[in-house]
Amino acid sequence: MSIIKSLFGRRRQGSGATAKNRLRFVLQHDRIHLPPERMEEMKREILAVIAKYLVVDQDRVEIDLEQRDRRQSKLVAEVPFSGQQPAASASDARLPAMSTDSAENP
Amino acid sequence: MESEGNSQGGARVITVSSGKGGVGKTTATANLGISLASLGNRVAVIDADIGLRNLDIIMGLENRIVYDLVDVVEGRSKLRQAMIKHKKFDDLFLIPAAQTRDKMAVSPEDMTRVTEELREDFDYILIDSPAGIERGFRNALEPADEVLIVTNPEVSAVRDADRIVGLIEAAEKGPGRLIINRLKTDLVRKGEMLSSDDVYDILGLAIIGIIPEDEAVLSASNSGIPVALNMNSQAGMAFSHVARRIMGEDVPFMNLDGNPGIFRRLMRLFDGR
Repeated sequence: MSIIKSLFGRRRQGSGATAKNRLRFVLQHDRIHLPPERMEEMKREILAVIAKYLVVDQDRVEIDLEQRDRRQSKLVAEVPFSGQQPAASASDARLPAMSTDSAENP
Repeated sequence: MESEGNSQGGARVITVSSGKGGVGKTTATANLGISLASLGNRVAVIDADIGLRNLDIIMGLENRIVYDLVDVVEGRSKLRQAMIKHKKFDDLFLIPAAQTRDKMAVSPEDMTRVTEELREDFDYILIDSPAGIERGFRNALEPADEVLIVTNPEVSAVRDADRIVGLIEAAEKGPGRLIINRLKTDLVRKGEMLSSDDVYDILGLAIIGIIPEDEAVLSASNSGIPVALNMNSQAGMAFSHVARRIMGEDVPFMNLDGNPGIFRRLMRLFDGR
């Protein structure tokens, strides 16, 4: 019985499954015209902004592109953090536009 | 479903495209033309691959060409003069591509003019699009009421199909339906080839046909007698099914992937379920 199962029951372990995964990845980027390297760059920038305010657990960060269909994509981010960044006020000083209300009220 | 009726009245214009070359676009066009004609439809097939004429030789009509599509567009011949009647079907005609010119000899507007002239005398007009995403593809896309996308269960063909689908949707001709050509049942069963379900998952496009790899297709090309005339072949049968689906019939798919049908049932049998 188990021999039969191992002969016929084994599916989707071969290169077909690899092809499917690789295609999914490449098409996600083809469709939004954003190559993987640019995506990584964007993720790094997003995280750098968050890290100014929060102590981010970098090892557990997950930022992924999800696609329901050709027209709808979304960026799903899970960014675990352990608390407020102690040097928050110092970071503020490096962002002059954000530190005053002049930019918001012309 | 848009399978019934044609907005403009008369023929429905169906463009067969693929993005990547060599996936069986011309073979599919020829066989769908044959199948639709054998089901009693009046069919015109147009080879839009200017400069790389091939539909004529696949259909076995290469010796009868006097005028071609560019002759019509440039006014050297009437449309009727360029239409070649098929040997077996009185209501199946080919309009061949020019062999010596390039894609720029025909414009999208020319294609619309030609198809409009044909519409009232036919039920279906099939256009064999050239590979690529440039002018030739634009020509073939312009007059389309519907687009069929031919692909192989193989990474580069599927990627290019996805690109084409994007362009078809941008031109508001979408979403189009998919023909998966040259599926190798034994490889799918071993997990060494993308299955039709995989291709569906990846492209998210309705599948109108799955054509199994079949040696009869090569013999058919060799002899100029399209495989759709050979109902003993799996591929011929599969093309005929596609034609019936184009006509709006609900035809069940042949069990080609191996996975869902008989093998799973055998497994259940062995499992005692």
